[in-house]
Amino acid sequence: MSFVIVAYSSPAILVPRSLPDNTTKNAAAPIERELLERLYAICGDEHVLTESIQLRTYESDGLLQYRAAPAAVVLPGSAAEVRDVVRACSDANVPWVARGAGSGLSGGALPVAEGVLIAVTRMRRVLEVDLDNGRVVVEPGVTNVEVSAAVAPTHFYPPDPSSQIVCSIGGNVAENSGGAHCFKYGFTTNYVTGLEVVLADGAVVQLGGKELDVPGYDLLGAFVGSEGTLGICTKITLRVIPLPEAIKTMVAFFETTSQAGEAVSEIVSGGVVPGAIEMMDTLTIQAAEQAVGAGFPTDAGAALIVELDGSRAECEARFDDVVALCERNGATSIRIAQDDADRAAIWRTRKAAFAAMGRVAPNYYVQDGVIPRTKLPEVLAKISALAEQYGMRVGNVFHAGDGNLHPLVCYDGEDEAERAEELAGRILEACVDAGGSITGEHGIGVDKKRHMPKMFDEPDLAAFQHLRCAFDPRGLANPGKVMPTPRLCGEVPGPYRTHPLERDGIAERF
Amino acid sequence: MSSQLLTPASAQEAAQALRAYRSRGIAVRIVGGGTKPWGGAGASCGVELGTCALGAVVEHNRGDLTAVLQPGLCLRELDELFSSAGQMLALDPPLGEGDAATIGGVVATGDSGPLRHRYGAPRDLVLGTTVALADGTLARAGGKVIKNVAGYDLAKLFSGSFGTLGLITEVAVRLHPRPPAQATATGTTDDAGLLQRAATALSASSLEAQSLDVRWEAQTGTVLARFAGVAAAAQAAAAQRLLSGVGLQAAVTEDDDELWARQRAAQRSADGGAVIRVSGTPSRLAEACVAAQVAGATLVGRAALGLSWIALPTAAPGELVTAIARVRKVLAPSPCVVLDAPPYVRAHLDPWDHPEDAALILMRRVKERFDPARTCNPGIFVGGI
Ligand SMILES: Cc1cc2nc3c(=O)[nH]c(=O)nc-3n(C[C@H](O)[C@H](O)[C@H](O)COP(=O)(O)OP(=O)(O)OC[C@H]3O[C@@H](n4cnc5c(N)ncnc54)[C@H](O)[C@@H]3O)c2cc1C
Repeated sequence: MSFVIVAYSSPAILVPRSLPDNTTKNAAAPIERELLERLYAICGDEHVLTESIQLRTYESDGLLQYRAAPAAVVLPGSAAEVRDVVRACSDANVPWVARGAGSGLSGGALPVAEGVLIAVTRMRRVLEVDLDNGRVVVEPGVTNVEVSAAVAPTHFYPPDPSSQIVCSIGGNVAENSGGAHCFKYGFTTNYVTGLEVVLADGAVVQLGGKELDVPGYDLLGAFVGSEGTLGICTKITLRVIPLPEAIKTMVAFFETTSQAGEAVSEIVSGGVVPGAIEMMDTLTIQAAEQAVGAGFPTDAGAALIVELDGSRAECEARFDDVVALCERNGATSIRIAQDDADRAAIWRTRKAAFAAMGRVAPNYYVQDGVIPRTKLPEVLAKISALAEQYGMRVGNVFHAGDGNLHPLVCYDGEDEAERAEELAGRILEACVDAGGSITGEHGIGVDKKRHMPKMFDEPDLAAFQHLRCAFDPRGLANPGKVMPTPRLCGEVPGPYRTHPLERDGIAERF
Repeated sequence: MSSQLLTPASAQEAAQALRAYRSRGIAVRIVGGGTKPWGGAGASCGVELGTCALGAVVEHNRGDLTAVLQPGLCLRELDELFSSAGQMLALDPPLGEGDAATIGGVVATGDSGPLRHRYGAPRDLVLGTTVALADGTLARAGGKVIKNVAGYDLAKLFSGSFGTLGLITEVAVRLHPRPPAQATATGTTDDAGLLQRAATALSASSLEAQSLDVRWEAQTGTVLARFAGVAAAAQAAAAQRLLSGVGLQAAVTEDDDELWARQRAAQRSADGGAVIRVSGTPSRLAEACVAAQVAGATLVGRAALGLSWIALPTAAPGELVTAIARVRKVLAPSPCVVLDAPPYVRAHLDPWDHPEDAALILMRRVKERFDPARTCNPGIFVGGI
């Protein structure tokens, strides 16, 4: 029920560590012959999969406890093929789900049993690199690291999820993915300037472009983070920025996470905006150290990785402040990266944290919650009380600057899975009670639907539904995700009357 | 047109008012500080709904660098409040007559100033929002933490929606530490092509500017790069060297507030003039400067973002209409939105100039879902929305 990343250098593959016995057989409902014929005609026979053995690969995303076999998987090779596939589904009134690399951790790309899964993995072209304007245009299947590679060595693409070697930009857009460097640089949504989207009725819409502030509603902003429920993006224009002049990285070790948390608060309130500021607790340090062997002390209560980047003058002036501040807050030792290899080792340790948990526990559940940064000590105390109450171990890694927690709930056998999930759910309650959120980057998907009412009331959900209905009134795009209960759209109440003069922007004034 | 002014004192009151007017088929004009009569002329509205009585700072979480604000708060007051805590809301659009611009109005219009270069637009700083919809409900989206992906990002949808989907009753925003020192490097030239190359060189360099602007006025171009932080002066000196190296007359100014006040001010027009906001690309900056020059206008722009504001001087309304059409033609296909303009101009051209495309159809569907009876600000937005 957990996974490991095999080979941390490209190409990495996610493979299940242990498959539960109740692996479903091909439960797909029969798909209409006519639709299938159209899919073959659009994508070519070899790019339409229907054999249950082939479908197995696509039954789950990175969250293996949910699985469903689609009726067919299609692997379109171009935006035009995606559009035609979506049109065919629309004509047949068959739901579909978009899929990138399938590394999502909320079941967002879980197939609909009677539907079509549209995997964009073949769409991997970098279409344009325009550094004068700080833009790169890519197809959705391009991986996150490939974007930075395309604009190297002068530029980079800041949002850097730990899964960046495998995850697709399309998936990043759908999840509004974040990463260690988002505290300073922002999230996916701050970097997408243009999208080509195929709506569920097959219409192709251009949202934004290379330019900013194009007139009209910010549908681009609404689409990013919509988890594949508003359409499928086939072309993505991203902002890239020059590499910083200097990067200085350190890791400070503390006896307790609250000491480290205090250091974080002081760093941030002192006006420093670190490129990254990440924390790991004892259990995750131990697991990651076993996996990576970077020399982190396994008896430390917390490791705080702080990276400053920007102009050399600014970095150097601030770095000494940060070191002094960590010492004042009781750091037992501080390691300053001396070269690129050293810096890479520190980051490898942090980025291996999830996967490495498999070394200290047979199974674990990755939680993703957010709290206001100042509530860190309080919420961590609550988490450890809950862990004790449930008799389970919980490791913690966080994007400390953002207050984004990733508690890793460890458990032994399959029979404990349910209690582990329950504990993970209680942790989310603690986050919401502290004024936070039920997800900072992994999304709602299917996994967190039931927690949505913890954060949102009925009118809030109704407003979400307004947006969804505007994009996809028949509910064909990734149905059953995000919203806690299924909802229909219904007709728009009352006729929409546009006076011809209004349409021309000229209306009666007197 | 005579309309009644109503100033609800709570979000609930605002929502109830919207529902009441909707059921009577009366359109409502939503007003903040009243500094931006932008957009299309719109349909006549029976009622003005003002946000001035919604003026509370609901939360200022100093340690978390976040705040929750009601829409009627003036940016100016907020600046004083956050400064006293060594913080800032990194939004510095021009504040309009009497510095009356409110946070609600700035978010609803998506307006921004020079700080946009580093910190983004309102859409990038708003963490969550509560809105009163025409059906009388109050809907909340987003949150008040800086990272959150639960539910749809309606805060972005409402940012820049010009009040056509509902009334923003609350916004949660991210704050930033106020930097300890600032310094600006400037470079001048009378060659628009050189100005563009200089701006591009600065934006491609690893110097981290807080703001990176250009100005074209009376045949002279200026690049302005402002640096903030403990090493501001050192960075400004490096930028000065870069600008001289490219061939500009370069200098460093430490007491630079006046320079930036002028940049902000040039985003608005004098009475009887007009402002065009150009959504361009940095590689077409020189063309925009030339277009401004031909029109006898002043241009200020965010050099690395491709955004420019062309302020046409006071002229007869008919001449303004012609001048705007010319600028649009030269700079096509970059969208050129007319912001400030006299009523005559507003009535004789579409300030938005949005093509009838699939995106516009989708926008109309969004409007239909959120405000089916067209109660909120009808007719002022793109495509007559
Ligand atoms: C080890 C590990 C570490 C991770 N670390 C991070 C992290 O640091 N930060 C973070 O944010 N996430 C992280 N994730 C989660 C995951 O990698 C991200 O959510 C990623 O963006 C998913 O991309 P994907 O291509 O795998 O998408 P998928 O899992 O295939 O799909 C995710 C969602 O996107 C939709 N989708 C996919 N492609 C498109 C498209 N073209 N158009 C519209 N919708 C589409 C799907 O329908 C689905 O809802 C991690 C995951 C793993 C396994």
